[in-house]
Amino acid sequence: MNPSEAPATVPPPRKSRRIPGWAVGALGVAGAVVLLSTTSYLTGVPQLTSTGTIQTAVRLALPILLAALGGLWAERAGVVNIGLEGMMIMGTWGAAWAGYQWGPWAALVAAAVFGALGGLLHAIATVTFGVNHIVSGVAINLLGAGLTKYLSTLIFFPLSNNPRESPAVPKFDTYSASGLSDWLGELEAQQRVGLSDVAGILRGLVTGVSPLTMLAILLVIGSYLVLWRTRFGLRLRSCGENPVAAESLGVNVYLYKYVAVISSGALAGIGGAALVLNPGQPGYLEGQTNGRGFIGLAAMIFGNWRPGGLLGGAALFGYADGLQLRSGGKTFLALVYGAVLLLVVIVIWQLVRRRWFAAAFGILAAGLLYAVYYSVEEVPSELTTYAPHLVTLVVLAVASQRLRMPAADGVVYRRG
Amino acid sequence: MGILRGKLLPPVLAILFSALLCGIALVVSGANPLRAFGVMFAQVGEGTTAVDIINSTGTYYIAALAVAIGFQMNLFNIGVEGQYRVAAVVAAVVGGSIALPPGLHALVIILTAAVAGALWAAIPAILKVTRGVNEVISTIMMNGLALGLAAYLIGADVFGELRGNNIRTPEIPETGWVPGIPFGSSGTVFGLVFLAALLGIGYWVMMNRTRFGFELRASGESSTAAAAGGVNAKKMVLIAMLLSGGIAGLVSMPEILGRDHTYNLNFPAGIGFSGIAIALLGRNHPGGIAFGALLWAFLDKSGLALDNVGVPREIVTIMQGAIVLSVVVAYEVVRRFELAAQQRQVGRQLGTVDAA
Repeated sequence: MNPSEAPATVPPPRKSRRIPGWAVGALGVAGAVVLLSTTSYLTGVPQLTSTGTIQTAVRLALPILLAALGGLWAERAGVVNIGLEGMMIMGTWGAAWAGYQWGPWAALVAAAVFGALGGLLHAIATVTFGVNHIVSGVAINLLGAGLTKYLSTLIFFPLSNNPRESPAVPKFDTYSASGLSDWLGELEAQQRVGLSDVAGILRGLVTGVSPLTMLAILLVIGSYLVLWRTRFGLRLRSCGENPVAAESLGVNVYLYKYVAVISSGALAGIGGAALVLNPGQPGYLEGQTNGRGFIGLAAMIFGNWRPGGLLGGAALFGYADGLQLRSGGKTFLALVYGAVLLLVVIVIWQLVRRRWFAAAFGILAAGLLYAVYYSVEEVPSELTTYAPHLVTLVVLAVASQRLRMPAADGVVYRRG
Repeated sequence: MGILRGKLLPPVLAILFSALLCGIALVVSGANPLRAFGVMFAQVGEGTTAVDIINSTGTYYIAALAVAIGFQMNLFNIGVEGQYRVAAVVAAVVGGSIALPPGLHALVIILTAAVAGALWAAIPAILKVTRGVNEVISTIMMNGLALGLAAYLIGADVFGELRGNNIRTPEIPETGWVPGIPFGSSGTVFGLVFLAALLGIGYWVMMNRTRFGFELRASGESSTAAAAGGVNAKKMVLIAMLLSGGIAGLVSMPEILGRDHTYNLNFPAGIGFSGIAIALLGRNHPGGIAFGALLWAFLDKSGLALDNVGVPREIVTIMQGAIVLSVVVAYEVVRRFELAAQQRQVGRQLGTVDAA
């Protein structure tokens, strides 16, 4: 070894990040609020930031968030989990089955167990037998759908006289910060620019909060702490980045992958429970998940395989869903206007950075969206349902180079 | 012989294992599995079941071929589901709004479907080639968008019309129909089932007798080796995806031109995902896929009889899922086993060389 080469192995001084992660998150939230209230002001659509919309959005974001979190666990350990949808479906059945007998907490536990069973299957196939992750995931989606249909015909049909539906499942009691909520309600009713919007959003967040919402937030924070702040998490992530190196350092890669994928299934299952325990629904319903497992996956990618990012993705998709459900296509059109505003800001930013091509592209997109806003009365409800899919495609197309997935994600690893 | 064993043993094992699994599930839920399976086989002779199975096989076969083309070069076209749906709507709308002489009309509809499917597949293909977007994610998203687009296009104020409880596209005039082969009370075999067979032959020829097929398989075996051999990876992705989408577009043609003559709300869903399963079961081989499609169609159509003996017919869906999962596991196990055997053999031979 040439001693003069030694200094080269010293890592170069780390390029300090200009803004820490939490600040980016806070800025993002502030930006979103400003954007929404500006849009709400300019289009004269107060529902954009009303308490009801936000409440619905939170309820609809929960399943997506939990599925995304499930995806995070699996993919951080290097296992792509297309089977989230199937595990979620199994979760909905488990939640309904345990829920109507023993109440909502039992529903949560059963959903987690059923989802975890799906995860276990995925782990056996992908980790032990080295089956392609996508293939196994597709198979689990088929299997999960078939199994729940079979079980619900067998068990729910005698109870509800409908093979596609469970008996009604009791829901969680909800909690509100009553004093705060009332005060915010007054503020919201005053219809003052900006202030009332913020009040509406906050009130939506603190009124009628289900324990499930709190649990989901805790799970996001917990996942971050476990995956990024513990030895266990570091090892788990190392299995997703470079399993060979991890193994050589004594990490039991198979075990970590098993734990990660089973947790992933459990989280997806709880996501299914969030659908069943949604106050707007009686209980289990066939086809209830309606691709939410996939949207969860999309939210995770949107969030760049990070807990904070996927929280943002789930919030965005849940919000779009909630707005549509609550106030229909006319209000949704205001969101298109908001997207135009956002693009204008981005274009200005790109111009400042002298990125002419990106700016020109942004202007084109903004012009196109504005033309849509100008010419269309309302967005057809058939299309708004699939807004998350479109957003994900656009984000992937525009930012795929800036997204970074775990290096060994989807690679079959064989102990050798 | 050894090759045959390696190819045929896994699917046979997988099917037996799945049947056993479902048998256990049936016993646990208090039904007699032998009776259930017996009823399923007896059902083939009843009513229109046999013809339904043949028709359904054709549909599944086309879907599986579409998936298999991508699989040959490790390209996961999860989007067959969306491609055939968009193609069906577009073809039904176009077919219902033009007037052409018989034969030509049907041909135009079929070509429209293929082009529509290919165009829908072109979006993820272009995203992959130019922006490096993973095709699995983008095609899943395209599946969602396809559902939305189809629902929008058949809306009463767009192209659709309301008939009773059903919304459908305008009916395709008789000139656009493809006649089938009637079997009296046993039903009618769709004329376009033969299209499926033709596609299968074309697929085999393309894969085994053309330069493109060779390059496709080479890209799948080793993308680096193929690139070194002068194969343009991006071009291959684009062509494979367009071909796959084009064939996916034809999936619903037998039904639409042979029976329904319109796209309506009862349009079958999930054929694309079944196609993935069947392509896996058949190992991308046209013969294997034909067998897989037949098995799937048999399970689907004969499973309807299970309700008569008090067994939820969804058990066949479980069986299908179990078959896919166990067949991929079985292929993998056999592959490892053969690899180990090969290594042992090489070791033995080297050992004898050393000894001598």
